[in-house]
Amino acid sequence: MLATEQQRLATEIVELADHYGRDRCALMPILQAVQQRYHHISEFTMQEVANLLGIHPVEVYSVVTFYAFLKAEKIGKFVIRLCRTISCDMQDKDKVARQLENELGIRFGETTPDGKFSLEWANCLGMCDQGPALLVNDQVFTHVTFEKVSDILEGCRRSFGVHPMPQGGH
Amino acid sequence: MDSQVLNIQNRGPILFGGVATGEGLKKAVGMRRSEIISEVRNSGLKGRGGAGFPTGVKWNLAAAASVESKYVVCNADEGEPGTFKDRVLLTEYADLVFEGMTIAGLAIGSHQGILYLRGEYRYLLARLEAVLAKRHLDGLLGEGILGREGFKFDIEIRMGSGAYVCGEETALIESLEGQRGEPRNRPPFPVDTGYMGCPTIVNNVETLALAAAVLARGAEWFKAIGTDKSTGTKLFSVSGDCLAPGVYEFPMGLTIAQLLTEVKGEGAKAVQVGGASGTCVPASQFAQTLAFEGVPTGGSIIVFGQQRDMLKVARNFMEFFVEESCGQCTPCRYGNVALLEGIGKLEQGRCSMTHLKELMALGETMQLSSKCGLGQSSPNAFLSIVKNFSDEILGRALPA
Repeated sequence: MLATEQQRLATEIVELADHYGRDRCALMPILQAVQQRYHHISEFTMQEVANLLGIHPVEVYSVVTFYAFLKAEKIGKFVIRLCRTISCDMQDKDKVARQLENELGIRFGETTPDGKFSLEWANCLGMCDQGPALLVNDQVFTHVTFEKVSDILEGCRRSFGVHPMPQGGH
Repeated sequence: MDSQVLNIQNRGPILFGGVATGEGLKKAVGMRRSEIISEVRNSGLKGRGGAGFPTGVKWNLAAAASVESKYVVCNADEGEPGTFKDRVLLTEYADLVFEGMTIAGLAIGSHQGILYLRGEYRYLLARLEAVLAKRHLDGLLGEGILGREGFKFDIEIRMGSGAYVCGEETALIESLEGQRGEPRNRPPFPVDTGYMGCPTIVNNVETLALAAAVLARGAEWFKAIGTDKSTGTKLFSVSGDCLAPGVYEFPMGLTIAQLLTEVKGEGAKAVQVGGASGTCVPASQFAQTLAFEGVPTGGSIIVFGQQRDMLKVARNFMEFFVEESCGQCTPCRYGNVALLEGIGKLEQGRCSMTHLKELMALGETMQLSSKCGLGQSSPNAFLSIVKNFSDEILGRALPA
C-alpha cells in the first residue's frame, strides 16, 4: 500500500472512531465500516483500530476471524453469498452454484483474478420460502434461476466503478 | 420490498390483524411500571424465539434492579434455518416492534434500547433507521415520550456480522460489547448482568411486537387466544415441500396436520419443527400441537415430501452446526464433527449398529454438557432422524 493511501485509511479510521466512540463497543461498527469500504480488514487497519481503542491488535484479529462477514484477506468488490441451508438446498441451490462457478470461472471460496467477484456459501439467509436465495453484498435476490444468474452478474459488471451495489433486486 | 416478497399467507388476530400501532404505548404511559409488568405477566406471553421464557417474569427481574443503566435488547439475529418471520415483521411492522421495546423500557426503567440486526438483513437498515427517525419526530422516542415526565427512551441499531451463535442472548451481548460471539456461563443471567454489566432484557422481535399488542388490548383479550399454557398467536415461517410457503399467523395450539393443510403440504413424510436445532417429526406424529406444551418452536416449519432423503437432510443440518459452532466448549466443537463423520459412514453403508449407538449416546452427552443452547440442541435433528427413520438410513446400498 502506498504511504498516501495508508495515511488516508488511517484518517478514515480516526473519523470512524470519532463517530462510533473509542471504547470496545465501537469495535464491531468500525470494523464493519472498513469492511464495507475496503472489502477486507488489513493488518494495518487492525493495528490502527487497536491503538485508537487501547486494546491489543490480537484482540481485533480475534474478532475479525470470528465473524463470517469480516475478512482479514482481501475479497472481491462483489461478494456473492449463496444460501446452502436446507430449504434452499431442496430448491436446487446446487444448480445455481454450478452456474455461478461456470460464469465466473472460480470455485466457492475463491475470488476472480480481477478482484471483482468472490463466491461464498452462506447459512440460512431467511428467504427460505423464496429460494434459492443469494446476497450480492447487501442486496438479496430470491427465486434465483440459471438465467437470473447471468443477469445478476451482468448487473454487477455494469455498476462496477459507478456504484458499489447492483440496482434492482429479487 | 413489496408484499409479494413478504409472502404473508395468513393474517391472524394479533400481529397481522386488528391491533393498531401506537395504542399499546398510549395505554402504557398512563400506567405505573408495575401495572405494565403485571399486564404482560397476566397475558401469559412467553418468549417467541423458541425457549419460551415468560416475558413478564423476565421484565420483572430487570425492573427489580435499582441501578441507573439498564438495556432493552431486541434480538433480530434471526438465523435459525427456516425462520424468516422477523424479517417480515421488521419490514412491515417495525413500528410495533419499536413500540414494544419502548414499553419494555418504560416497564423496567431503561433509557436505551438496542436492536441487534443480523448482517444478512443489512438491506433493512435504511428502512428501520427511517422508522426510528419518524418516531423521534412524532415524540415516540426521546425525552418525555407522549408527555410522560421523566420517560426518555432511545433506540440504536447495531449490526451483526454473520454468526448464528449470536442469536444466543449472551453471545449477542458479547458481540455488542465488541467481542467474539462466544456465549457466557449463565448464571448470572442478562437480567442481572447483561450488556456492559447492566441489567438487560433480551427479547425476540415477535415477543416485543406481541407485548405492544398485549398493552393495546389487554391481557384478558390476549389470553383468550391460543391455549391455556401457550397464549396468543405464533408466526410460522413455512418452507420446503408445500404449495403455499410463507409466513402464517395462527393461534398457538394448532396441530401439525392442520398447519400442513393450510400450507398445502399434505402427504408430507416429515416436518422439521424449530429449524436445525428443532426436531424432525414423522407423519405418525402429525397430531401433535404446535405449542409450548406440545412441540415448542421458534416458528420454523420445514416440510419434507415423500421423495426426500432424510439422511441428506441430517447432513445439511450437521454441516450447518459444524460451521456455526463457536468452538468454545468441547462437546459442541468436537461432537458436531463426530456426528457429521457418522453421517458420512451411514451414507457409505459402513456404520455398525454399535457405532450408531455410540453416536446417539454422544448426541445425548452434547445435549447435557454443552455450554449454550447451540450445542445443547444441535444433536436434536440427528437424533430424531435416526430414531424416526432408522429403516431409511440403515443398511443403505453402497454408493456406486
